[in-house]
Amino acid sequence: MTKVSMTVNGKSVSGEVEGRTLLSSFLRDGLGLTGTHIGCDTSQCGACVVHVDGRAVKSCTVFALDVAGAQVKTIEGMANPDGSLSVLQQAFQDNHGLQCGFCTPGMVMSAAALLADNPSPTEAEVRHGLEGNICRCTGYHNIVKAVLQASGQDVSKIAAE
Amino acid sequence: MPKDGGIGASVKRREDVRFLTGKGRYTDDINIRGQLYAFFLRSDVAHGRLKSVDTAAASDMPGVVRIFTAADFAGVGGIPCGWQVTDRFGKVMQEPKHPVLADGKVRHVGDPIAMVVAETLDQARDAAEAIRVEIEELPPVLNMKDALKPDAPKVHDELTSNLCYDWGFVEENREAVAKAFEGAAHHITLDLVNNRLVANPMEPRVAVGDYEDHSGMHTLYTTSQNPHVIRLLMGAFVLGIPESKLRVVAPDVGGGFGSKIYHYAEEAAVTFAAKQVKRPVKWTASRSEAFISDAQGRDHLTRIELALDKDHNFLALRTETHANMGAYLSTFAPSIPTWLHGTLMAGNYKTPLVYVNVKAVFTNTVPVDAYRGAGRPEATYQLERIIDKAARELGVDPVELRRKNFIQPDQFPYQTPVAVVYDTGNYQATMDKLLELSDHAGFAARAEESKKRGRLRGFGIAHYIEACGIAPSNLVGQLGARAGLYESATVRVNATGSITIFTGSHSHGQGHETTFAQVVAEMIGIDASQVEIVHGDTSNSPMGMGTYGSRSLAVGGSAMVKATNKIINKAKKIASHLLEASEQDIEFKDGKFTVAGTDRSKTWVDITLAAYVPHNYPLESLEPGLEETAFYDPSNFTYPAGAYGCELEIDPDTGKVTILAFTAADDFGNVVNPMIVEGQVHGGLAQGIGQAMLENCVFDENGQLLSGSFMDYAMPRADDLPFFKVDHSCITPCTHNPLGVKGCGEAGAIGSPPAVVNAVIDALQRGGYSHIDHIDMPVSPARVWAAMHQR
Repeated sequence: MTKVSMTVNGKSVSGEVEGRTLLSSFLRDGLGLTGTHIGCDTSQCGACVVHVDGRAVKSCTVFALDVAGAQVKTIEGMANPDGSLSVLQQAFQDNHGLQCGFCTPGMVMSAAALLADNPSPTEAEVRHGLEGNICRCTGYHNIVKAVLQASGQDVSKIAAE
Repeated sequence: MPKDGGIGASVKRREDVRFLTGKGRYTDDINIRGQLYAFFLRSDVAHGRLKSVDTAAASDMPGVVRIFTAADFAGVGGIPCGWQVTDRFGKVMQEPKHPVLADGKVRHVGDPIAMVVAETLDQARDAAEAIRVEIEELPPVLNMKDALKPDAPKVHDELTSNLCYDWGFVEENREAVAKAFEGAAHHITLDLVNNRLVANPMEPRVAVGDYEDHSGMHTLYTTSQNPHVIRLLMGAFVLGIPESKLRVVAPDVGGGFGSKIYHYAEEAAVTFAAKQVKRPVKWTASRSEAFISDAQGRDHLTRIELALDKDHNFLALRTETHANMGAYLSTFAPSIPTWLHGTLMAGNYKTPLVYVNVKAVFTNTVPVDAYRGAGRPEATYQLERIIDKAARELGVDPVELRRKNFIQPDQFPYQTPVAVVYDTGNYQATMDKLLELSDHAGFAARAEESKKRGRLRGFGIAHYIEACGIAPSNLVGQLGARAGLYESATVRVNATGSITIFTGSHSHGQGHETTFAQVVAEMIGIDASQVEIVHGDTSNSPMGMGTYGSRSLAVGGSAMVKATNKIINKAKKIASHLLEASEQDIEFKDGKFTVAGTDRSKTWVDITLAAYVPHNYPLESLEPGLEETAFYDPSNFTYPAGAYGCELEIDPDTGKVTILAFTAADDFGNVVNPMIVEGQVHGGLAQGIGQAMLENCVFDENGQLLSGSFMDYAMPRADDLPFFKVDHSCITPCTHNPLGVKGCGEAGAIGSPPAVVNAVIDALQRGGYSHIDHIDMPVSPARVWAAMHQR
């Protein structure tokens, strides 16, 4: 076992991990941050996406030791400081961009990184940008709408409401 | 206009806040002090005789607490099947044993052989690798038609063959249907495959078993759509635990789509193990494990024939289907290709004679059971494909052929030749709506524009009907169900007027916490924030049947309405006492009880407080308290229906199909929350389009699953799909439930596959590929390209 330290959602944390401990396991089991979900074992589904030093990363493909010293942000750190939903989270609720909620944390983290890189994406750019996150419930319709709305674009003309 | 928060309003979901902030509580988020981890060693061959399982070396590995094999489960029952089908000769189906852990034979890749319980998951996994298993491989049975040959190896040695049942429906129509075909002017035939699918909810299955020594109480936390059903099946048939000593909790569940209805071996194994090792035992499936252990969907081979007269009226329909059961009978597997499939073969049409034959077959593959739609997508796909084929062969408009044969709006209630009676519907209206919303009239011009760009454009239409809220219990009992199909609700009014509702329905994405509260808030006239919905725990909810088959609002919602009406009736009695007026004179509106024609009134809270602080109360004639339970057993199915249209382009150079527009015009009866209904349709469409274009579960000739991960099994992703156009404004309310609702969960997955394939064929035929009259799903670029070049 090796000691690892990092900053998670603004707080310094540390824990004892094995060399094979994944960042996702460290967050869930070591820190009790169970908002990060594990939906597959081939790095395909994106339910485990977190930010490491501002970049979206699938936490199931990174060893905890590899991010020693890094700034990590998880879904638990996405709300506004007063606890209210951030613009992006609120857009997901407003547009019914989630159903069972299991893919949602990863989807929000990927969308946040997408918008940080591209503050006003087109529909096609949003769809392409979320390609690494699988949702089985929504058919992506309302997720794409939510991300477009969070970017400040008018989504009222998008089909069916 | 709907009231704020009431029936008909697009209320935002209250459950979203916890999911959006990482505070959902899914089964894998539950960790109990002292818990151990289970890992299942699974068969890596499809069929074989289990000669020996040597756990000696593995047992000495670090952290191993105990290793369980079939011998440990000798004293318990097998995994039960919940539906017994009777075949067309009056014989009951062949029902094989389904041991918790493989006993004597392994029957599919993934069949569990041993369960290692250790201090950590890694230790359990490491130890499983040290178990020495000797398997004498046997030839696997994979192809359904080969499986029925007399010399085929048998999946289950104790059965006479691999045939589970040979079902005919309606058997008495068999001869009449044959005669109708003999005299028919037109006879259309189509052979097709309904491809095997993997449900793949994003949350893999998880089970945590716990046992309390001093009380003898077992608790199972599990990813289930119906915790009460698991309690009954596992308690009564597998482990012999009375319901009073078994609590089953299904907390937040990350999607189900059918695959989390069933009672699985892992649930029984961890519950059993927790008592043996006197510590909690947790099992979490990996995705790879889900692919070989979750019940899968569809997998039908069908020949369908349609007879028409010279004026193109449908005369008779005949189908012969082989339905794959996989290696064991999953909980509701036998009912899917029979009662949820044969009864829908009349579709939206007046076809007077229908005969459906289904041969259910055992193979050395993962068990198959209900997946979103369950039997109804299979029925709809065949029917809507052959109608399209008929239109092409007869040179008539596929829309007009459907319209001509539709059950007309003035013909309801309509008795079909396949037992069911449709209560309401208006298929002309949904078809009109579809054509309008999809700008069908403008298609020709758009096709011309595509042609200029070298693309083939097509438009495909399908109309579906489904039967939801399967019922009533006494009928399904006659059809072989070993369960009732009612739903329950307890409405607990608290002293200060807030309401807690315990429902037997289970929400795993459907938003019941929001919509159920809307209904009761409107009935009582209080704010929805005063109504809390509790579900998913057998220790506090009345016996319920859970959520599947688009039944929650139609059946569970009806139980809740029934219980709430009991509450209102009792509250009126209390009000009549407090207001010193006759009960008949009490009017209840917007949370206020008024003596008719006066300004004397009492508020909702006056009444609820009186019920719990009964100082001024008619104690001699009325019990204190305000809590009621109702069980609702529907008198009929509900029949949602709709018209779906798919417009797409094919790139002739690659065969790649791109959906440009998809339109759905549904009749779901009354709608409580339009936003949620539309979301349900979007999700169903994605799964149906996924089946039609991307998804395919494939085993190789040795029975190895080739599509065993998200790298090989093509799940629809954001860039595979367009924005959808959905509409639910065509409303014919259900006539036999109090809300007039029909259900919307499965529609999208039912109506969309034939619309996609019809559009592909349309595009190809318009593009001059007139030899192509069918391509099996998924219509991948490879399949489309091959069809185009096969002349």
